[in-house]
Amino acid sequence: MSRRHLFAAVATMAATFTLGALPAAAQGSLNVYCSAQVEWCQAAANAFQKETGIRVNVSQKGSGEVLAQIRAEAQNPRGDIWFGGTGDPHLQAAEDRLTAEYRSPLLDQLHDWARKQAEESQYRTVGIYAGALGFGYNTELLARRNIQPPACWKDLLDARFRNEIQMANPQSSGTAYVMIATIVQLMGEDQAFQYLRDLHRNVNNYPRSGTGPIKAVARGETGVSISFVHDAVTERLGGFPVQYVIPCEGTGYEIGSMSIIAGARNERNARRFYDWALTPAAQQIGAETKQFQTPSNRSTPVPAEAPQMSQIRLINYDFARYGTSAERRRLIERWDREVNSLPR
Amino acid sequence: MRPAGLWSSTIALLAALLLPWYLVQDGIGVLSYADGGWLTDPDGAPALGMILAEGRWWLWPAVLAPLAGLAAALLPLSRSARSWLFLLAGGVGVALLAAQGWSIGPRGWMAPWLQTAFGETEARQYGIGWGGTLVSSALCVLFAAGLAGRGAFRGDAFTATVAVVLTVAIGVFTALPILQMMMGAFRDAAGAFVPSAAVTRLMDDRLWGLGCLAGAPRCGVVWNTLLLALLTATGTTALGLAFALLVTRGRLRFIARPLRWLTVLPIVTPPFILGLGLILIFGRSGLMSQAAAAWFGIELGRWIYGLPGLLLAQLFAFTPIAFLVLIGVVEGLSPTLEEASQTLRADEKITFRTVTLPLLLPGLANAFLLGFVESIADFGNAVVLGGSFNVLATEIFFAVVGAQADAGRAASLSLVLLLLTLIVFFLQQRLTARKSYVSISGKGDSGLPPPLPHGVRRLCMIVAGSWALLTIGLYVLAFVGGFVEVWGRDYTPTLRHFEKAFSIEGGQLTGLAWNSVLTTLELAALSAPITAALGILAAWLFSRTNFAGKGALEFATLLSFAVPGTVIGVAYLAAFNLPPLELAGTGAIIVACFVFRNLPVGLRSGMAAMAQIDHSLDEASHTLGGGGMDAFRRVVLPLLRPAIVAGLTYSFVRAMTTVSAVIFLVTAETELATVFIVNRIINGDYGLAISTSLVLIVLMLAVLGVMNLLVGRRRIGRRAAAIPAAPNLSPATGPGAAA
Repeated sequence: MSRRHLFAAVATMAATFTLGALPAAAQGSLNVYCSAQVEWCQAAANAFQKETGIRVNVSQKGSGEVLAQIRAEAQNPRGDIWFGGTGDPHLQAAEDRLTAEYRSPLLDQLHDWARKQAEESQYRTVGIYAGALGFGYNTELLARRNIQPPACWKDLLDARFRNEIQMANPQSSGTAYVMIATIVQLMGEDQAFQYLRDLHRNVNNYPRSGTGPIKAVARGETGVSISFVHDAVTERLGGFPVQYVIPCEGTGYEIGSMSIIAGARNERNARRFYDWALTPAAQQIGAETKQFQTPSNRSTPVPAEAPQMSQIRLINYDFARYGTSAERRRLIERWDREVNSLPR
Repeated sequence: MRPAGLWSSTIALLAALLLPWYLVQDGIGVLSYADGGWLTDPDGAPALGMILAEGRWWLWPAVLAPLAGLAAALLPLSRSARSWLFLLAGGVGVALLAAQGWSIGPRGWMAPWLQTAFGETEARQYGIGWGGTLVSSALCVLFAAGLAGRGAFRGDAFTATVAVVLTVAIGVFTALPILQMMMGAFRDAAGAFVPSAAVTRLMDDRLWGLGCLAGAPRCGVVWNTLLLALLTATGTTALGLAFALLVTRGRLRFIARPLRWLTVLPIVTPPFILGLGLILIFGRSGLMSQAAAAWFGIELGRWIYGLPGLLLAQLFAFTPIAFLVLIGVVEGLSPTLEEASQTLRADEKITFRTVTLPLLLPGLANAFLLGFVESIADFGNAVVLGGSFNVLATEIFFAVVGAQADAGRAASLSLVLLLLTLIVFFLQQRLTARKSYVSISGKGDSGLPPPLPHGVRRLCMIVAGSWALLTIGLYVLAFVGGFVEVWGRDYTPTLRHFEKAFSIEGGQLTGLAWNSVLTTLELAALSAPITAALGILAAWLFSRTNFAGKGALEFATLLSFAVPGTVIGVAYLAAFNLPPLELAGTGAIIVACFVFRNLPVGLRSGMAAMAQIDHSLDEASHTLGGGGMDAFRRVVLPLLRPAIVAGLTYSFVRAMTTVSAVIFLVTAETELATVFIVNRIINGDYGLAISTSLVLIVLMLAVLGVMNLLVGRRRIGRRAAAIPAAPNLSPATGPGAAA
């Protein structure tokens, strides 16, 4: 008796699932893995859907998580396009042939750095925005302790910042790896590691996630962070006493990217989204949702709050060399051996 | 066993003839039902249609095996011959179906060696649908009927069915994904099979280094994990025991109930909120630190990041689990033995030490095991409060998603985690295996539980009191966070977060959080009863029957619990993204993940409670002619109410609060509230995150309350304290209650 009840229950349950998962496939659909901030993802999806009638499903995750997911799904891909997130995981996906080659007709309208990103990946990814690396600091905390804010990379070694600095752990965070690669390109490798060893004395913690340090600054848990400056703007707009600085010696940057997933089921729609996302109209959505990275299309207007890339001294970041898995593994291992294992 | 075989064959045959074999991409709604056209539809046909119309000859077992079973059930055969036929039809049928499912996939042959052996194939197939699922399950039941007919499981078809179904379910949904992922430990970076890779990874100094004892900045991550887990498990067990004793025997007329609800709060709290709350109180700019600086001029600094803070957070988070396990055990404790002890002139203290505590041992051991496993698998607290104190769970997460993306390292770290669990599991078994803890028997026992000894009571009060105070403080603060502009910064009162999350305009749910909250509720409500039912069935099976491989099966259920959620998520995605079990992207994969991840808790609390129930009750049911099902349904089940409530409660709540396991499994349509909350926190939008969390907490408390009312309390014939001299007043205490 009770077994029959069980079957009935299972069948009912089953029916609920199937009916609940009915996709209404009229204009076709598009599955977007989005590693930008969730508001941006949602707004972009809505705008694209309104314009084309294609049903967009967005799933927002960090870029490391999306890379892990694409890798797990490689045999039977679920996503069509991967929008946003720092460039290194996109380059890794390109290196492992997880993403598909596509040359958009809009490539000519982009900034040089965005085009270079596409060329170096054999057109498996393209830059959609850029963000510069810098320092974030808590104005109230530093004022209370009478500490002058830092202005240059070398200031961070000063004794006044003893135990006040946080940077992310490069073993887990792409942000921290950009920082190490920047220092190496600024100073040369051996000097760079000397710098990192000296810096180690002033660092109180290496959190695992790239945005961890700036959040600690916002909540007054640490005085200074090494992080992307647009994240500092986001925290400030959240109501926290945060200010950012661009290092005077020059700094490195990330290129937020976009790739079409290899073997995508809706490849035609993915290409349409790809082209659309490179237009100025689509790129303006970032600023409308309070994300202040610099857009990659030359004619996209840049909002006033955003850090102006043109006024930042950027180093000539060698993504081709420092984006490869081998170089990355070597530098991170060296950091772990020579810096992270030192006592403070 | 004959009816079981008959029924299962019939169901399998009907499913093979009528239900769509494959997963229909656009749902079964699009198939035409009126003229039977779906029977030969190229996508939606059942097994027979697929064979005849599409030439998929490899599906013949789906039709032939049920036919064979049906024939065996109907023909006049000897019991032995019939059982053999059942066994063959069920076993071979399922094996052949599984073999074809894993051989032919969406791109032809699934493995290169098949390609070389048989050449190219035109055949393509996607995941199985209702037909495939039902046929395979029914054939498993047929197989079980055959086993019972051969005399296994004391010849009882119900027991055999439970055992086989559990084995298959746990094999598919726990062992398969996890073992598949573990194989990664034996592959090198390029994916080639290199067994020595695992050895190199496992011998890594970062795992086992003991440098911190000699003054180096850090110790191996395994030692960190072990230390934390031991401290947490001891702490939560002690706290849980203090609460359980106070609530049931503390004679706290007015405090007991609020105390009970208070202990539930931490489990209904979505992840990260607890860690953030602790930072707001104890962090460098937290309330405590500011107070200490203002009043005493002491800088407390950042002690919260690292072992102390992590331990504190885990004690908060996991004490309720120990409490839930222990309260069932303490309530079931028979006063008879304690009264006997007092009759023998032992005072309260000696009774407590020599009778009460030893009787609680299975419960304590279970609580300890759960605390230990929860601690080593905990990711949310470790990532917020860990600081430089690395544990395995965070190491694994960042090995999967971090800048190095080293799946092999993640797999070998998971292997270490599993070994730790295995060792504790084994020790716990050794500790509790050989003694009897029976205290609910068929003989009427109507003793009066003795009050707690004064010293114990005072200790419990102090421990539980300070914990309760801290919890209240934490939750007041968290509560406030939803109603102010910026949590921890700008305390201007506002309702705008709630408006943003839960606004309703003109009958439309326009709030940002509606979709995810409703989905979460639906999936959690679906998974909770399944988890509880499976857990109780498994507990009954493991503690009441003996069969080969029981220990392995018991351990396998623990696997999914011991591995951090992220690992489960990735493992599930990899295992269920490909046919024949193509569940990725549906709500079903999330429900499966919930069920099999939370199963161990239902199982553990069920087993702890089961250990108290005398075998003679089952035997009495047998003597009266009842089968395994009767013993289970009429004797064990009613006595297990607290364990069932615990299982239901816990699995519902866990489903509502899990994040790391499902973060890879959610899609836009199946977004869960926890994932929504975590994304808000990552964006720094604490107000929205907290207001959504608050709504979740209130919802969960409401559901828990209703559940408690509906399921009710177990009625064991024990005298109420107020009327000790009047036993047979209510039906519950009469002999009919058989307890």
